[in-house]
Amino acid sequence: MEAFGLLLHGFAVLLTWKTLLLMMVGLVLGIFVGVLPGLGGPNGVAILLPLTFTMDPTSAIVMLSCIYWGALFGGAITSILFNIPGEAWSVATTFDGYPMAQQGRAAEALTAAFTSSFIGSLVAVLLITFLAPMISSFALKFGPPEFFAVYLLTFCSFVGLGREAKHKTVISMSLGLLLAGVGMDTVSGQLRMTFGSAELLRGINFLVAVIGLFGISEILLTMEERLALRGHAAGISLRVVLSVWKDLPKYWATLARSSFIGCWLGITPGGAIAASFMGYNLAKRFAKDQDSFGKGRIEGVFAPETAAHASGTAALLPMLALGIPGSGTAAILLGGLMVWGLNPGPLLFVEHKDFVWGLIASMYLGNVVGLVLVLTTVPIFASILRVPFAAVAPMIVVSCAIGAYAIQNAMFDIWLMLGFGVVGYVFKKIGIPLAPFTLALVLGNRAEDAFRLSMIGSGGDMKVFWSNGLVGSITTLAIILLFWPLIDKALSGATRRLRPAKA
Amino acid sequence: MSNTDIEIVVDDPTAPEANSPAVTSNGVVDAVVSLVLLALAVTLGWDNWRTGAAWDATGPEPGYFPFYLSVILGGASLYGLFAAVFSRREASETFVTQAQLRRVMAVFVPTVLFCLAMQLLGLYVASFLLISGFMRFVGKIAAWKSLLTAFIFTAAMFVTFDIAFDVIMPKGPLEAALGY
Repeated sequence: MEAFGLLLHGFAVLLTWKTLLLMMVGLVLGIFVGVLPGLGGPNGVAILLPLTFTMDPTSAIVMLSCIYWGALFGGAITSILFNIPGEAWSVATTFDGYPMAQQGRAAEALTAAFTSSFIGSLVAVLLITFLAPMISSFALKFGPPEFFAVYLLTFCSFVGLGREAKHKTVISMSLGLLLAGVGMDTVSGQLRMTFGSAELLRGINFLVAVIGLFGISEILLTMEERLALRGHAAGISLRVVLSVWKDLPKYWATLARSSFIGCWLGITPGGAIAASFMGYNLAKRFAKDQDSFGKGRIEGVFAPETAAHASGTAALLPMLALGIPGSGTAAILLGGLMVWGLNPGPLLFVEHKDFVWGLIASMYLGNVVGLVLVLTTVPIFASILRVPFAAVAPMIVVSCAIGAYAIQNAMFDIWLMLGFGVVGYVFKKIGIPLAPFTLALVLGNRAEDAFRLSMIGSGGDMKVFWSNGLVGSITTLAIILLFWPLIDKALSGATRRLRPAKA
Repeated sequence: MSNTDIEIVVDDPTAPEANSPAVTSNGVVDAVVSLVLLALAVTLGWDNWRTGAAWDATGPEPGYFPFYLSVILGGASLYGLFAAVFSRREASETFVTQAQLRRVMAVFVPTVLFCLAMQLLGLYVASFLLISGFMRFVGKIAAWKSLLTAFIFTAAMFVTFDIAFDVIMPKGPLEAALGY
């Protein structure tokens, strides 16, 4: 077991007081952004990224991934206590979580949510531990055509499998790819789409765009809502925790099913949202008394939380092994890795062993520490919501500005961030998805390089994408996925498919 | 439904009224965005065509990849324009109400002013002004609380970034006077 030995080494890298401290700080910050209205996983990671610029890569990524775990945990708190899903994937948690809180079983529901998040992530991390090295060593044989085919597959599956209007996904993606190309062309050194502006010469920085798209736009959106809230306070006692854990084996089927769904949907860019609804619906379908769902049933908390976290974690698998993020947040983490000059992808496992296994080990540790932390500190975090939004909003704006400026020390980036904030606000309101844009912006240059290198290699012959079995089947699969809605329509007449219900 | 154990209550006195008239509908915004994107696609496409979107001896020219992306973007936004104009279902949905727009502007305008102030006064003074001003005038929070919060937050940011982590932020006359 080479993976196991390397993992132990990873733990050894991590077990220093400094790293553990950073982990705690990251988790607390993460829960904080998860609980606050108008902030969430991707925003939190994007805004706090500059804090990590001066750290060494391992500490930095440990802190960032802990912010991510913390945000995932934090989302459950507001869903259950306040019936406010902090994130779209927490929506399914409110179905049974909030009724439980109303019945005075908030502590039970929270324990169930945290425990199942932990189980879901753990399953996904185990998957990463054993699958990622295999995939990456396989991918080491990839040449440019194979890589371009994999990128194509990612983009096509977003278009084909996404739930938004197809043309809106295409708009979002092509816009991201175009903006990624602004600035100096890496192959020929020529300037593209700069229109004589010296500021655009640097290109449009991915992180600046993300901070605007997710941070600033989220503040604008949150301000539209009525921000009054009423919620239950809850403290969790050890007795409740133990009684929930004692019953855990009874729900093994739900947990296993949701973990599987989550891992599957996390690796394919379908995302945690679909996973959480599917986990919930399947748990309901397999239950004996379906009517009790929605009225405060603990399985209704277990199922979506396990699936959402398994998928959120599994999204990191393609990012580490192939350099292709499976979710928006994974894309931001990828952007972070590139800031430190680390190129995610198969070579990462060879060239930066310490880093990769440190990160994977931090996923285990972060989840354990996170579980203990949330179980003990829920009352404190729930009361964060007492802080008026009028105080929180300007602080978030300032943090966004610091983040955007720190990346390249450019005032121009602040205005760019503001522009992207408006774009993000409008796009979200008219249903243009932001995840494909984020993904395209971060992958744009690599996709183009892979395309051009394969074209140079083949002398401009498109047949290179079908030149051998591997690249041919990936390309074909990509095209099938692109037209999947049409194919599906043709097939669905014959077979009935499981379909996650609308919220 | 028992609400006896509700313990955390936060009110929102300036919440937008629910019955406020709509400023514009989703359909209109959809069409406008499609038009803007179409214009962008044409501009970028033209620029890439100028750069060179054909093939030369070494393979595709620098404009090749982005040129075809502009074509895709243009096509998709054209489709979006038609879809927005001809679909009746989505078109009637409210994009934003007057009350909501007022609230959004209440945070957007100060943010723009903050960015301007950042250029002239430096980040820290600007953020002190933004936080205290926003809390006092938009959030209607007591002046001493607003000023104190703004001061503590700004000072904490300064210590964290400029001193502890060496992330240098833009500074203005005040910092210069203090010797930073």
